[in-house]
Amino acid sequence: MNGDLRDLHQEILDLGTQGMVMNMGPQHPSTHGVLRLILTLDGEEVMACEPVIGYLHRGLEKMAERRPYRHFLPFTDRLDYVCSLANNLACAQAIERLAGIEVPDRAQWIRVALMELNRIASHLLFLGTFGTDLGATTMLLYAFREREEALALLEAITGARLTYNWIRVGGLPDDMPENWDKGVLAFCDLLESRVGEYDRLLTDNPIFRRRTEGVGVIPAEDAIAYGLTGPTLRASGVEYDVRRWAPYEKYAEIDFDVVVLRDGDTFARYLARRLELEQSVRILRQVFDRMPEGPIASKVGKVLKAPPGIAFSQVESPRGELSFTMVSDGSPNPQRVHIRAPSFANLTVLADLVVGNKVADVVAILGSIDIVLGEVDR
Amino acid sequence: MIEQALANPWIRQLANAALLLAVINLGVLVLIYMERKVAGFIQSRLGPVHVGPRGWLQSVADALKLILKEDIIPAPADRFLFVLAPFFVFVPVLAVFLVLPFNAGWVAHDFSLAALYVIAAGTVAIMGIVMAGWGTNNKYSLLGGLRSAAQLVSYEIPVVLAILAVVFYAQSMSLVDIAEAQRGFGWFIFHPPLLVAAFVYMIGQLAETNRTPFDLPEAESELVSGFHTEYSGIRFAMFFLAEFANTFFAAALAVVLFFGGWDGLPGLTGALWLVAKSYVLVFVLMWIRWTLPRVRVDQLLGFAWKVLVPIGLIVVLWAAASVVYAGGAKP
Repeated sequence: MNGDLRDLHQEILDLGTQGMVMNMGPQHPSTHGVLRLILTLDGEEVMACEPVIGYLHRGLEKMAERRPYRHFLPFTDRLDYVCSLANNLACAQAIERLAGIEVPDRAQWIRVALMELNRIASHLLFLGTFGTDLGATTMLLYAFREREEALALLEAITGARLTYNWIRVGGLPDDMPENWDKGVLAFCDLLESRVGEYDRLLTDNPIFRRRTEGVGVIPAEDAIAYGLTGPTLRASGVEYDVRRWAPYEKYAEIDFDVVVLRDGDTFARYLARRLELEQSVRILRQVFDRMPEGPIASKVGKVLKAPPGIAFSQVESPRGELSFTMVSDGSPNPQRVHIRAPSFANLTVLADLVVGNKVADVVAILGSIDIVLGEVDR
Repeated sequence: MIEQALANPWIRQLANAALLLAVINLGVLVLIYMERKVAGFIQSRLGPVHVGPRGWLQSVADALKLILKEDIIPAPADRFLFVLAPFFVFVPVLAVFLVLPFNAGWVAHDFSLAALYVIAAGTVAIMGIVMAGWGTNNKYSLLGGLRSAAQLVSYEIPVVLAILAVVFYAQSMSLVDIAEAQRGFGWFIFHPPLLVAAFVYMIGQLAETNRTPFDLPEAESELVSGFHTEYSGIRFAMFFLAEFANTFFAAALAVVLFFGGWDGLPGLTGALWLVAKSYVLVFVLMWIRWTLPRVRVDQLLGFAWKVLVPIGLIVVLWAAASVVYAGGAKP
């Protein structure tokens, strides 16, 4: 990507010149958690970048092997804590496929609604923090104003604001509260009326454009080679969305556009998420148009055992493709669980991307990849 | 007795200085409260509400907290530079207020080179920032110090050019004379060359006072706090005070240079007009700060040298031409 520049910097370093080594993080306002970047700087320019992860490692995959299937669901909340419902769903789906459990229609529709509402909350957090990364602090407050509404709705149904733990094997623990659908639709209208404000603050701002356009460009081939997913991949012009390519729940029956942009720069990655807000609103409206009556969970025995085998589930989380691979040996505990975290795969591109850019761009590029460290370090 | 004492020039100057210091510090406290309320207003939140009625004692509480805090000097810091730096930033800001005319005759010390003095004294603060950046022995601070050195030196030039254009019109470098020349709504902002100069001046001052979109020396999301990362307590308070005093001075100087100084409608005393106009300009600065993102260092310097300096040079020539040929200046 920045091959020539990297060679040049390597040549400079080979001459015996020393760059200034700066530790960015693990405590730093814009590393979005406990990421540590060892930057070698030539003045303001980055010559080398080495990301160090693992400060939040809890051994979640190992923990899963030590407890019955269903007991692991609350742990998945702590993966990508900005959209814990997507983690719940990916885990529950893997177990359902492993044990051959059907999910009632109504539960599937509500799951879609929860996914999209959580996606909106997550993307709003991204818009706010990305603005703050670039010095536009006001954006954070504007995005949080709407995010608060989304969280209130999620709280009304799940009782929690961050670690929802609301998806069960075989369905949902409870039905929607009364008038919840009306609340969500009202929120959709509110959000649509407010996105114009985000555009005026960020999207159309010349300073914002100059800070992000052409910065940290990922060509489509590189994006695929690095295994990027989610908006980060789609900003590079690759049309890949799990909701479209391997539809789960009721996504196959829903009409929505996959947001694909061509430039692959920081601005495109921002814009992809900003435009996905509107698609999520579109999906939410369809969900409540077509919500059927019926049970919200199928009967699952008290001791959940799966026949020996392997199951795989994919979910389009706000950050990309989140997948669970579960292996069963017939006992009440899974034999092995593997989690493919989108943030982890997306983060791999960072070290190459920032070389040759300024320190300020490191923050912008990192922000635009939108990682959550709880998911990078599992 | 008091009159006798005041007849002594030394005592009179000291009294002037003390009065000025009190006014500045009080003004800064008001500014901090205003900044928070304006930020809250722009960001759809309330700002301070708890300390005192409508939260207006918040600044006082903050000042008290900063004074009572433990004084920490980091072990690897260069103690001498670390301790000295806040003074180098704080004192020049106070010094420039000496020549600021608040009203006809209300000036601590007026002399014929006041405009030059303002520029020269203001520049000393850069040294303090570089000292803080280097003396802290922290890499974020160092980057912040380097950035501000480049930024302040670059933006000094367009500001000087803008002031120069005003000096052509007023035919004097004394701030009192400049303000006097605009009496009776003959404000310099109404002259086309100086309208452009006012824009150049305000953009330059935005950078000089380290405010968004030019707050790179203390870019929070990149450099933690830039040159004052390791400062706390009263030393940090001095940087903070200096920043706000500087903001107010930049606005007040703009009022003197372009907006008629203490000139206003009769009925109110001139000093009130000057302060009111300054606060309007400060509000504009705050408005910009809480709306715009931050530019990058190369864009910042590119903007100064490729856009502002050429415009400044053209404005100077334009102002000179209109003074000589069109008789733009008042007699």
